Amino acid sequence: MLTKILPASLASPAALWASPALAASDSASTTSPWVALAYLVAGVFFILALRGLSSPATSRTGNRFGMAGMLIAIVTTLVTHSVASLAEIGIAIAIGGLIGFLIARRIAMTAMPELVAAFHSLVGLAAVLVGWAAYLNPGAFGLLEGDAIGAVSKVEMGLGIAIGAITFSGSVIAFAKLSGRMSGAPILLPARHVINLGTLAAIIGLTAMFAMTTGPEETLPLIVGLTVLAFAIGFLLIIPIGGADMPVVVSMLNSYSGWAAAAMGFTLGNTAMIITGALVGSSGAILSYIMCRAMNRSFLSVIAGGFGADDSAAGGGEAREQRPYKQGSADDAAFMLEQAEKVIVIPGYGMAVAQAQHALREMTDILEEKGVEVKFAIHPVAGRMPGHMNVLLAEANVPYDKVFELEDINSEFSQADVAFIIGANDVVNPAAKTDKSSPIYGMPVFDVGAAKQVFFIKRSMGGVGYAGVDNDVFYMDQTMMLLSDAKKMVEEIVKALD
Amino acid sequence: MDFISILSIFVLACFVGYYVVWSVTPALHTPLMAVTNAISSVIIVGALIAAAEAGSPAAKWLGLAGVVLASINIFGGFAVTERMLAMYKKKEK
Repeated sequence: MLTKILPASLASPAALWASPALAASDSASTTSPWVALAYLVAGVFFILALRGLSSPATSRTGNRFGMAGMLIAIVTTLVTHSVASLAEIGIAIAIGGLIGFLIARRIAMTAMPELVAAFHSLVGLAAVLVGWAAYLNPGAFGLLEGDAIGAVSKVEMGLGIAIGAITFSGSVIAFAKLSGRMSGAPILLPARHVINLGTLAAIIGLTAMFAMTTGPEETLPLIVGLTVLAFAIGFLLIIPIGGADMPVVVSMLNSYSGWAAAAMGFTLGNTAMIITGALVGSSGAILSYIMCRAMNRSFLSVIAGGFGADDSAAGGGEAREQRPYKQGSADDAAFMLEQAEKVIVIPGYGMAVAQAQHALREMTDILEEKGVEVKFAIHPVAGRMPGHMNVLLAEANVPYDKVFELEDINSEFSQADVAFIIGANDVVNPAAKTDKSSPIYGMPVFDVGAAKQVFFIKRSMGGVGYAGVDNDVFYMDQTMMLLSDAKKMVEEIVKALD
Repeated sequence: MDFISILSIFVLACFVGYYVVWSVTPALHTPLMAVTNAISSVIIVGALIAAAEAGSPAAKWLGLAGVVLASINIFGGFAVTERMLAMYKKKEK
């Protein structure tokens, strides 16, 4: 079936391609049922990996299933292909594995969001490389129909490359914003919606043209254009999105990396890749949805970007009225915490920035020894990515059965003696319930007002949350402001408790 | 495999993903992202095929580069997930 020799006149671009004489016959993975079965087992193991995460007790077993699934997929691939370069592949895996392993060992838990963003970018880039490799050597992937790649395969290939490229450049921007290498402020280009929609339309158009044309010289410019535009749109889509929306962006890119893998799975007819892609794609989509719901924002408004762009105008323009508030000391707080029966701690990202989680755990340990019941309440958007705050507390050895989600604990504030707010702000702001004009209106918040006493640790009265709105909790009768660095304040409370 | 079989697997897997992911406890959403990131590197299968098969030197080098990138993700993703999960403890007593 590969008897037709490419015309010699296609010298320059065709030199890139596999010469038909050398190209392997249809990939073994499409023929043997055992191979298909092995990939299916790998896919099932990946499902079990996610299933394990339904509880911390089963999560590590789940992770092992994930590793086993990956091993099965890799070994199956190597065994069923005539590997001409095993040494080189071994070196490539060793280099990548070592880098990955060292990063995983050294990364600070506060830096998890940027790490995940960086990892997403690698999946995206890998998808682009695989798509290109399949384009250049279709015989190896069993994609040849006659002497050309089938149209359906080309659509899948084009989509895989496009989604991969978007994932890559989008994740690079998300990484730069999350790690502070780039300002978190939204960058708004004029007519950005027109530019973005036009670019997307062009990518779809190029994919269609790519599928319908044949011959190296005709398809090459199309796939190059497609790749370049997809890199550009990933960049353009993320730069207008502000720092506060990054949890949604990271989840969304997680989803994209899955769809990229699925598209490649379609191209290669590989069950493991398709199952994984579908799992990861749904996972990221669900996490994006949960994050949007927790902020009462629609997914479209996040994607459109610009949130947080006019903070300075709203906050700085009008002088905020000076309202009376009570300020307390560490000694006052320690005294009242000791007297309490039930304390609910509400940690926010500010706690992690101040690295106060270890001191906080020490404080709650002392209180528990004194017979005080302590619970932690976590808002879905606390931290910079879904579940981030739970990891930070776990790192500080806070037992996970003391940590509760918003909807599980919100009714308990009325029985709490103290609500202890540390590094959080918007998630306790009652304006989300009462003030229709507030940018955070509709966002579910903690009912800290129901607690007998509220302690609010905050650096100063000046700064106000991501959303840039004043918080009535500061001025409530039962609120005591503890104005200091979070870590310093908690350490002082610990000293006063001893 | 024909397109319809592949599509069937894909659609059913999306439903499986939907139900499995909703059952993940919110406390483990960060490990969930880390592990989904690791398993999406199963794309290494494609990179390995490109790197292994003879025929096109350009495809081989792209494949090898893909293997390096995906390996960073696989080892890094599983290792960091393992590290995080090891921190989740119940109250000792």
